[in-house]
Amino acid sequence: MSTDTNSSVEGYEHYYVPEQSAFPILASIGLFALIFGLATFLNELQAEVTGAGRYVAIAGFAMLSATLFSWFRQTIIENMSGMNSAQLKRSYVWGMGWFIFSEVMFFAAFFGALYYVRNLAGPWLGGEGEKGQYMELAKMWAASGYEYTWPPLSTPDEAVNGAKAVFQGAGEGNSMYPSDAHNGLALWLPMWNTILLLSSSVTVHIAHIGLKEGNRAKFKGWLLATVILAIAFLFLQVAEYYEAYVHLGLTLESGIYGTTFFMLTGFHGFHVFLGMTMLLIMFLRSTKGHFSHDDCFGFEAASWYWHFVDVVWVCLFFFVYII
Amino acid sequence: MGDHGPAKGFGRWLFTTNHKDIGSMYLWFSFAMFLMGGVFALVIRAELFQPGLQLVEPEFFNQMTTMHGLVMVFGAVMPAFVGLANWMIPMMVGAPDMALPRMNNWSFWILPFAFTLLASTLLMEGGGPNFGWTFYAPLSTTYAPPSVTYFIFAVHIMGASSIMGSINIIATILNMRAPGMTLMKMPLFVWTWLITAYLLIAVMPVLAGCVTMMLMDIHFGTSFFSAAGGGDPVLFQHVFWFFGHPEVYIMILPAFGIVSAIIPTFARKPLFGYASMVYATASIAFLSFIVWAHHMFTVGMPIAGELFFMYATMLIAVPTGVKVFNWVSTMFRGSMTFETPMLFAIAFVILFTIGGFSGLMLSIAPADFQYHDTYFVVAHFHYVLVPGAVFSIFAAVYYWLPKWCGNMYDERLGKAHFWLSFVGLNLTFFPMHFVGLAGMPRRIPDYALQFADFNQIASMGAFLFGFSQVFFLFIVIKTIRGGEKATDAVWDNPEGLEWTVASPAPYHTFTTPPPVK
Repeated sequence: MSTDTNSSVEGYEHYYVPEQSAFPILASIGLFALIFGLATFLNELQAEVTGAGRYVAIAGFAMLSATLFSWFRQTIIENMSGMNSAQLKRSYVWGMGWFIFSEVMFFAAFFGALYYVRNLAGPWLGGEGEKGQYMELAKMWAASGYEYTWPPLSTPDEAVNGAKAVFQGAGEGNSMYPSDAHNGLALWLPMWNTILLLSSSVTVHIAHIGLKEGNRAKFKGWLLATVILAIAFLFLQVAEYYEAYVHLGLTLESGIYGTTFFMLTGFHGFHVFLGMTMLLIMFLRSTKGHFSHDDCFGFEAASWYWHFVDVVWVCLFFFVYII
Repeated sequence: MGDHGPAKGFGRWLFTTNHKDIGSMYLWFSFAMFLMGGVFALVIRAELFQPGLQLVEPEFFNQMTTMHGLVMVFGAVMPAFVGLANWMIPMMVGAPDMALPRMNNWSFWILPFAFTLLASTLLMEGGGPNFGWTFYAPLSTTYAPPSVTYFIFAVHIMGASSIMGSINIIATILNMRAPGMTLMKMPLFVWTWLITAYLLIAVMPVLAGCVTMMLMDIHFGTSFFSAAGGGDPVLFQHVFWFFGHPEVYIMILPAFGIVSAIIPTFARKPLFGYASMVYATASIAFLSFIVWAHHMFTVGMPIAGELFFMYATMLIAVPTGVKVFNWVSTMFRGSMTFETPMLFAIAFVILFTIGGFSGLMLSIAPADFQYHDTYFVVAHFHYVLVPGAVFSIFAAVYYWLPKWCGNMYDERLGKAHFWLSFVGLNLTFFPMHFVGLAGMPRRIPDYALQFADFNQIASMGAFLFGFSQVFFLFIVIKTIRGGEKATDAVWDNPEGLEWTVASPAPYHTFTTPPPVK
């Protein structure tokens, strides 16, 4: 590897093409074991038998995690030993940007589903419009006294089959909307979660400013504050889920309202967990002296991801909790 | 570090970071899947040779139609184009390799695992996926065999592979071009892949969301696709086709790029209307996001929806027409010769246009009520996929194989392969228009007697087409093993940086960027 940086066409010379690497094949094997084990485990649950599925899944997860850890470690070592040209770093920037875009589209699928059931399918099934009037199912449900409202706290199944219904709604007054906040708005957790997450976007930005100024104490301190805010968010979300399941009887199985509520907030919470993990790793790296004002892509990528998670939450807050 | 050659032994393929190695692996994998999906198709055609049940049970027939579609779409056509992108894009833009070489290898190696898992479902209790490649709920949820869980996770990791591959392609094209290679100087294959990669990143996550909803409905009691819980099975079709329609353009845009490279070479004229080709590709990509419900006209949409999706679909004919016009204009008064790649490219232009016109017929909502779920639809999409996507891949292989392996293929054998394939596919798929218009439904193992003649022709054509591809395998292996040495330019003054390097292309090309005028 040449260390000559005075190339004739700046930024185009010495693009680092790594040597052969075992990481991709090991990661593929780990991923395969993870999904094969997980699918087997789920089918075992369904069939009410115990088998080896869970162990295969855990082994696969361990292998995938260990491989990715080593892979990232290797990449960081390569960067710190000066192998990465400015051009390679731009490849990482493009890569992270498009990865975040793919995540946006994943959430778009679930927001789209929410829009469709709330504004189109729900009213039709409740008997609205031309479609509602001609649909046999909607006519049958209307005869059983089913009325469509959002949030739907009872299901068409309940209207027809009563207590024997497979899909039981959570019941009146058991939504996560502020109007149903039993302990008053001051203890309404989503509001506090919004405050926490919006603040954490600010703190991670201040950390970035600190890094750019070369003020490492400011960088590390505010980064740690961001991680703490993230953990607080996750803690409150667990509390909220506990309340929903135990006190409100609102679960994944509570018809389409429980479905959309838990899938949207659940995937978001999972992404918060991922973002928190990334930021925590960046914090641990910062304590080892990693990152400088002109070479901090790992941290910047994690902070972009964090801002993305924050934007998704703002959308969730409006579309799932408020309107 | 820039000049190390290929490693020895099988480890070369497992651990490689070289875009040419990875491109070759994608292409071989794709061909293996093409043969596997082809065998599934021949089971279907053998059963349909006569009315009545002969060879397989209806339950198994359903698994064959499902697996044929899944394997051909996700296993054969898409990886073939990614393989071509891996081989050609770095050479076409003057880059030393793909932008992220290790991730590139991961994108590939996920696929053999995903398809092993998918194929193994055929041997599982309850059989493999039997709900059609579009896996509509509730067939794929409430009424699915247990193996659907494996299918769901296989789709998840195929999607991860596609997304990583696409990120790599975009980073390569936007970041790795040689100085002077401005966007509007890029070969059209690079342009069409840039736009394809964007489509993939936009819709693969939606497919992941779609199968995740299925997983939750099956195993965790949610009610996305269950009206009893307040959801809607039609929601499945909306989410699926929001992925599915861009997906069909993912399978044809790179083909447009290949044909736009080949026709100018053998017409000995520059491509007519380069800029309009770029804009037409971008327009098609944009429109692909707003036409999805034309796959579900009969599902019971409000009239405003039917009209919107009908007119938006018809609009696609405009940029597609621009492309066909440009290819024909490129050939107009050219000094044409008809080597094998050119034969496939010309057949592409003509037969893809037939598939496009039947698509235009299907876009008419009231007419679609008649055509929906008949063999007319099967004829339509096979005309865009077989002489469209698959022919363009054959054309690309004949066009670039001398560059890859340094030997010329045998022109007589190549032409024989073309004519066998051409006759075979038209015998297979053209009669399907007639039986479809006469009312034969798709995805059934048995049919009414009056469809027997056309079905026999189709089945004979299918076996002709299928065995022609074994002949193709023979031609490719023969070329790799030896033959007349190819010159560096290979063809008569072709355009593009890939023709400036030696034949066969060295293991590493453009470790420093070439000058681009």
